Amino acid sequence: MTPWRRRLPVAFPEVSELEGPLLEVEDLHTHFRTPRGLVRAVDGVSFSVGRGRTLGVVGESGSGKTVLTRSIMGLLPGSNVERSGTVRLSGHELTALPPAELRDVWGLQVAMVFQDPMTALNPVVRVERQITESLRLRVGLDRKGAHDTALALLTSVGIPAPERRLRNYPHELSGGMRQRVMIAIALACGPRLLLADEPTTGLDVTVQAQILDLLAAQQRERSMGMILVTHDLGVVASRTDDIVVMYAGRVVEQAATAELFAHTRMPYTEALLRSIPRLADPSHTRLRAIPGRPPDLAATPPGCRFAPRCPYVQARCEAEEPPLRSAGHGHLFRCWYPVGSTEGDEALARNLAARVPAALAFTAAPSRPDGQAPAPPEAPPPGTVAPPAPAVPAATTTPAATTPAATTPAPTPKVDSLWATSPPADSGHGPATPGAG
Amino acid sequence: MLRYVFTRLVQLVIITFLISVFAFLMVHLLPGDPTLAILGPNDTPAARAELLKQLGLNKPLLSQYVTWIKNVLHGNLGASFLTKQTVTNALSVALPIDLELIVVSQVVAILVAVPLALVAALRPNRLFDRVATTSTFGMLSLPTFVAGPLLVLVFAVELHWVPATGFNRLSQGLGPNLQSVILPSIALAIGSIAVYYRLLRADLIATLQEDFVTMARAKGLSTRYIMLRHVLRPSSFSLLAGAGISIGTLFTGAFVVEVLFQLPGIGFQLVQAIYSRDYLVVQGMALVAAVAFVVINFGVDFLLTLLDPRVRRA
Amino acid sequence: MPDAHRDLTLAPSEMVAAEAGTESVLALEALAPAGTRKRRLGLLFWVCAGWIGLMVLLAVLASVLPLTNPNFQNYAALNAGPSIHHLFGTDDLGRDLFSRVIFGSRVSLVIGFAPVAIGLVTGGSLGLLAGYRSGVADTVLNAFSFVILAFPALLAIMVIETFWRPVSLWKLTVMFAVVAAPQLFRVIRATTLSFAGREFVTAARTMGASTPRILMRELLPNVVPAALSFALIGVAVAVVLEGALAFLGLSVGLPTPSLGNIINEGVNNNLLQSNPYIALWPSLYIFLLLTGLNLMADRLRSHFDVREVKL
Repeated sequence: MTPWRRRLPVAFPEVSELEGPLLEVEDLHTHFRTPRGLVRAVDGVSFSVGRGRTLGVVGESGSGKTVLTRSIMGLLPGSNVERSGTVRLSGHELTALPPAELRDVWGLQVAMVFQDPMTALNPVVRVERQITESLRLRVGLDRKGAHDTALALLTSVGIPAPERRLRNYPHELSGGMRQRVMIAIALACGPRLLLADEPTTGLDVTVQAQILDLLAAQQRERSMGMILVTHDLGVVASRTDDIVVMYAGRVVEQAATAELFAHTRMPYTEALLRSIPRLADPSHTRLRAIPGRPPDLAATPPGCRFAPRCPYVQARCEAEEPPLRSAGHGHLFRCWYPVGSTEGDEALARNLAARVPAALAFTAAPSRPDGQAPAPPEAPPPGTVAPPAPAVPAATTTPAATTPAATTPAPTPKVDSLWATSPPADSGHGPATPGAG
Repeated sequence: MLRYVFTRLVQLVIITFLISVFAFLMVHLLPGDPTLAILGPNDTPAARAELLKQLGLNKPLLSQYVTWIKNVLHGNLGASFLTKQTVTNALSVALPIDLELIVVSQVVAILVAVPLALVAALRPNRLFDRVATTSTFGMLSLPTFVAGPLLVLVFAVELHWVPATGFNRLSQGLGPNLQSVILPSIALAIGSIAVYYRLLRADLIATLQEDFVTMARAKGLSTRYIMLRHVLRPSSFSLLAGAGISIGTLFTGAFVVEVLFQLPGIGFQLVQAIYSRDYLVVQGMALVAAVAFVVINFGVDFLLTLLDPRVRRA
Repeated sequence: MPDAHRDLTLAPSEMVAAEAGTESVLALEALAPAGTRKRRLGLLFWVCAGWIGLMVLLAVLASVLPLTNPNFQNYAALNAGPSIHHLFGTDDLGRDLFSRVIFGSRVSLVIGFAPVAIGLVTGGSLGLLAGYRSGVADTVLNAFSFVILAFPALLAIMVIETFWRPVSLWKLTVMFAVVAAPQLFRVIRATTLSFAGREFVTAARTMGASTPRILMRELLPNVVPAALSFALIGVAVAVVLEGALAFLGLSVGLPTPSLGNIINEGVNNNLLQSNPYIALWPSLYIFLLLTGLNLMADRLRSHFDVREVKL
């Protein structure tokens, strides 16, 4: 292999010497100049991630979450992008680094797991080289050392017969294995921060669980910080310490995971939670999707961006965008009529009376197409969705959760989604816990 | 797949057969009596009759054709009535020259086009790209018979770097050989450069949009490494496609270049034979050249279908 | 909304769409065939068109213009450089290079444009028909053109020429046309095929339009842009081919000058050393002609958004 010149990477302090958060994002804006106008994909996002902690970023397609991860790394294509704000990794300002030094950070300090391993892995390059090239070029291992490390990596991500797998091409592996290879590649140089962009989308449910477990285990071992980006609330429910909910480029709610599920404030978050189908529902139950579509990011409306679809919407929402307000314990939300507050309840009641479509859709019980009412009581009173298992600080796989004081069957171990067991008939707390694990 | 191969082979055979018929008929059907040309001033009715019998030109066409084909398949392509040298002999002298021309010109074309395309694709529509694209577009307007004399004027006449004409065999040393071949090869390469550059650049730009390139960047790999080890290989199919397109121009250009630089390749010999109405030589050489052209075309076409990256292999 | 009844250039399908009251211009455009989109061809295009027009004009009027006889050998002015009397200078036989180039361009332009025009009419109309109505004739024509196109053109022409003496302009035109027609047949057939499946054709058919009408009013306006672009390239290829032939001494014989054989003369006898102008002026002319043609073809292609047609 030709000797490619290696640059000395930017000096980062030892992870153990860290005080302060691992990653700090302050008022990050990412705007794209397009013929249609300025697309504000990320419009003022701030949060921080601690060492060994996992942050979940949740949102629909088009909410800006993928652009967010690319923007944190600085991976965006140059010409039509405007980026402002600060990103600090272990105190170093990534946003201030020149491109060459930023490149030194990539792979070594920050790594990304991409969404689709079929397109993110080079189809004409064998797995071995895709892992070892970072090892040889960034860490300086020789051919044998890199090969051995690659073997070890594959084993640690749970790939059997790694020797053979190294010689394979990506299309010769199954979906789950490809994603494991991606994770192995990301972890190869021992980064301190891992950005996982929808790592389980497109995988079978059982494989999803395995991948998420794998990520959690690796994070524990390496004391990495992790940002888990997804549109699936089930994924973040039990595997994250904190959650940021994004909508149309803005953070609309931000809290510790348990707090978010227990005391949801933002109607969008609530609607997301309610849209999750439950296994306990009878078959053919209609899904409670959120009506409408996200706004055009090139022409954002003046008021709250969720207003057109919100069941609680009032006149003020459409005129004035609410700022992020604190509800205590680091719980931020962006709403004038938050869920669970008197203003919120009144707003919803008003809308129902006025037959505002979003409100009607919100409270309508999901019905079966033949008109029969579904069996157990459905819509939980706004604001009290039964909490999931509390997330442990170092995101481990959590044991099954139980509703407080509910007499549900024995805790189901490691169910990887919100598929719940059947709800207790006499529970006054709405449907059984959205699943554990 | 097998069916495709079979169809193409059948087509190839048919075309080859048709070429042979064509080459044969040209000589025998078009107005103009070859015997007149051969005999020249010695043209008397008796001599003509004698020559006709000798050349077998008085037999029915079909049997003449069969005889001719039989001879061809045995390697007897006839001989020049001027030099008495057999066509096969002349070909064995000429072929290496053509081969060398093609190889060197394509090497030059690739050495120029690939780096240009790599750099241009990285920053599309910026200065370098615009300059390179415009220049290569200009090359499309420089056919070999225009570019050749220009090159001779600049490099041979003005600068005296290389000789203007003449061919030095490899046996005379690599240096002199390359000296006599480099200018004609460059003249030939010009058309190819344009084609390779345009195709490769478009392919590279498309490949650069792929996810795996973003991932490679996210690994912190250098741009140079990514271009050469990740991007070039998936895009190299366009070079093969470019080769397929260039074959025609190369063919025409080789004739021009050989005459211009006095390189005794097939083209040169063929042109000489045409001047001197050496009809057997014309027939034989044209047959070989045409068959070679068709076979190469089919071969490249076949490779293209086989290696097409859009066709997923089992 | 354009007044559909007034605008007689609209094909029947567009009139239907307009009458249906489609408000959105975009919807109308989506229904309308590609060629009606308004975008400017650009200054460069028209400059090239004008330039080529000038060349053609000069060539056509060559005998009428006050040019020196291209074959007149003025021994008083051998190898003279450019001057007022001789705009391009003279060659080693004292002939005025400017008039030689202009007269020489006649051959190049005729052999450039005429075979392509013939090919467009014959091969093109056949291609239009074949693309719209596949059938036995289509398969036969396809096979036929495949065979002709498999032959190396230059070689075939050279061989034919050897025995079809003396070479004249019309013989060359015929030979070139025989090579050009299958190419154009292929291209137009492929383009027609791609349009024949579109909705506006079906719409016209359901309205009872006859085949000639469909061909002329629906398909032709769409096929023409693609064909034009390809035809211009064809002219360029023909010019190059003729030039190569002339350079090899196998085109129209002397004393008729042809750009290719002027270059040939300019290369022999060490003339490049003593009088490079002989080779330079025709080279420049060819370069400008080809550049103009290529630029126009390229601009046409991107203007009408024609994909590379697979032959």
